[in-house]
Amino acid sequence: MSEKTAPEEAPAPRVRSRRKKATALGGADKLVLGLMLGIPTLIHVVLVWLPSLGSVALSFSSWDGIGGFEDIQWVGFQNYVDIFTRYPRFWPAFQHNLIWLAFLLVIPTVAGLFLAVLLDRQIKFGRIYQSALYLPMVLSLALVGFIWQLIYQPEQGLLNNLLGTADNNPTNWLGDPDINLYAVLVAAAWRHTGYIMLLYLAGLKSVDPALKEAASLDGANAFQTFTRVTFPVLKPVNIVVLVVTVIEALRAFDIVYIINKGRNGLELLSVLVTDNIIGESSRIGWGSALAVILLLISLGFIITYLYQVFSKENRA
Amino acid sequence: MVRYTPSSQSVNPLLGRRAVLRGLLLTAGIAAVPGGLAACGSSGSGSSSNGTVTFGNNLSDQVPKDAITAALKGFDTDALKISINTKQHEQYQEQINNYLQGKPDDVLAWFAGYRMRFFAEKGLTGDLSDVWSTVGDNYAPALKEAATAKDGKQYLVPFTQYPWGVFYLKSVWAQRGYEVPKTIDQFVALSTKMKADGLAPIAFAQKQGWPGMGTFDQLNFRTNGYQFHVDLMAGKEDWQGKKVRDVFDQWKRLLPFHQENGLGREWQEAAQSVQQGKSGMYLLGTFVAQQFKGQEDDLDFFAFPEINPEFGQDTVEAPIDGYMMAKKPANPEGAKKLLEYLAKPETQLAYLKSDPSSIATSTKADTSGYTALQKKAVDVIKNAKHITQFLDRDTDPRFASDAATNGLNAFIQNPNDIDSVLKGMADQAKTIFTG
Repeated sequence: MSEKTAPEEAPAPRVRSRRKKATALGGADKLVLGLMLGIPTLIHVVLVWLPSLGSVALSFSSWDGIGGFEDIQWVGFQNYVDIFTRYPRFWPAFQHNLIWLAFLLVIPTVAGLFLAVLLDRQIKFGRIYQSALYLPMVLSLALVGFIWQLIYQPEQGLLNNLLGTADNNPTNWLGDPDINLYAVLVAAAWRHTGYIMLLYLAGLKSVDPALKEAASLDGANAFQTFTRVTFPVLKPVNIVVLVVTVIEALRAFDIVYIINKGRNGLELLSVLVTDNIIGESSRIGWGSALAVILLLISLGFIITYLYQVFSKENRA
Repeated sequence: MVRYTPSSQSVNPLLGRRAVLRGLLLTAGIAAVPGGLAACGSSGSGSSSNGTVTFGNNLSDQVPKDAITAALKGFDTDALKISINTKQHEQYQEQINNYLQGKPDDVLAWFAGYRMRFFAEKGLTGDLSDVWSTVGDNYAPALKEAATAKDGKQYLVPFTQYPWGVFYLKSVWAQRGYEVPKTIDQFVALSTKMKADGLAPIAFAQKQGWPGMGTFDQLNFRTNGYQFHVDLMAGKEDWQGKKVRDVFDQWKRLLPFHQENGLGREWQEAAQSVQQGKSGMYLLGTFVAQQFKGQEDDLDFFAFPEINPEFGQDTVEAPIDGYMMAKKPANPEGAKKLLEYLAKPETQLAYLKSDPSSIATSTKADTSGYTALQKKAVDVIKNAKHITQFLDRDTDPRFASDAATNGLNAFIQNPNDIDSVLKGMADQAKTIFTG
């Protein structure tokens, strides 16, 4: 109404009313937004932050898990000092985790990428190969452990019989602490390769064929097309693969626990945490300190990754 | 900003997944397990008001499980019912801490020695002195001692017991002309002979982590005596001292006669190698007989040979299994009645009828129906000057399950590394036995 009579004054009330309207709508929006953010935040804080901070706090204590909070003794950094200097299983476990990570980053990633490129060429029976290669991923690592125990069994196992070493001084694949880590890594990689392959395959399918066409028109051969054109386009997939692999390497636990409870050459940080927290001999403080160390290692990777993502975004 | 970038979608799952995993791990340790177990326990104790006693059973293997069920049948009447709650043997031990703090069964299985005292002193199990005043004369003083905590009260009712010894097949030994060795030198000579005959002299399996503790115990109390064993287990002696070093040197001398690849073998497989005549002898508890079905008459054992003449063969390792009562049982009257029933010689014999690989703890038990092996076990225990339980039953569980198991494994893996292994064990003992 005021528009007609006083056009020059019109913008002001209109803006004001719009603002009012916006804030009025915003009330409902705020509620929805508040709920949508608040509930996940609450769940996140209760399920993620509280336990994490709780275990950080407990890592400064000495507690056998019996009784209430009044029974907890606070010992400062003693657990960490003892773990680094006096716990013979710690450094081997730490080293095994790093070997695990390096192995998974190299072997299954390269193998998975290779298989994905092959399958992407629409070869005969491609679907069958694809399913067969992905199948191990469906199995839990514990089950993978069982299967490979049968293969590695010294006297009756498949591997020693194929190699012809079963009768005469058989290789003890899982019992010999010098080689059992690698034997287990082969089993873990067998499962992980299928996963990586599928991720890359999905990435390759989404690569625009026009790019390859353009490359070949420009005179690039197949290898050059792949390294210069296709692979750079796969960058988002590479990041996913990296993240998945790091997670997989740091949380590795079930397969070694099934094989020999993570002893005798198969120590991992996750095993040490479990050994100390669960069980008759609860050393909650000690186990929490180990868990915090594992968390810090994970954070190292996560922060590096986030830093890269954010710094690129800011530049863009 | 974050919301719109496709690649950063994986940020939250990543953060979430790891942290949730960690959270789960922690809560699993502290909260989830007692919750799960409490559910098991309370399902039974809920109905206990109308005359039911709940019974926490750790005998999960078929033979002993059937045996305990048969033995408890006599207790199960309309007036007082019994509800048996069986858990897998190793799991039961791993979860005992949370189990006892949750809602445990009224009567529950456990082991004598330090392992019992640990929980008794934490106030997690019930005082059984009044039960003992009625059943006390069923037991020898040594058993009462093993069931008594530091406060002088009893917290366990012993049920069965089994000695450790070196087992062999009489037929194989007779055929080859082997004789029972009395001293460690004779033992080594016999082992050398067996090796020349193409046998693995000493069957050995350490995959489960505990059988090697038995070897350590024997070598330790034969070399240093009973009191040293007790003090070492209590954290009062130094693992880096000369005495422990001597034990490992002795073991190192015997290691070449051990069956190879012991770390990758379970005790059942080692026992089978004796049963098949591939190994000469095997140091284990009498429960090894479970692997010699139909051949029990051929199976015999001898006490581990003398090392130090000062101690001779005066100590026998003979772990006692028994039953404790929950701190606050849902049915205290019934629980005590059940414990008195378990102390009866008839109940123990009823159990042994189905599982004759151990012996009754009651001195009143009629031994006439025992197998030759059981009779020998009774003799060995009766003639012992000192009785030990077992490394993992005589020491702090925090030391046994990690430092001891992995220390022994590291030694077996690399016998030339005794110094660093012992340093590791000594260091850990210092962080654990602080009191």
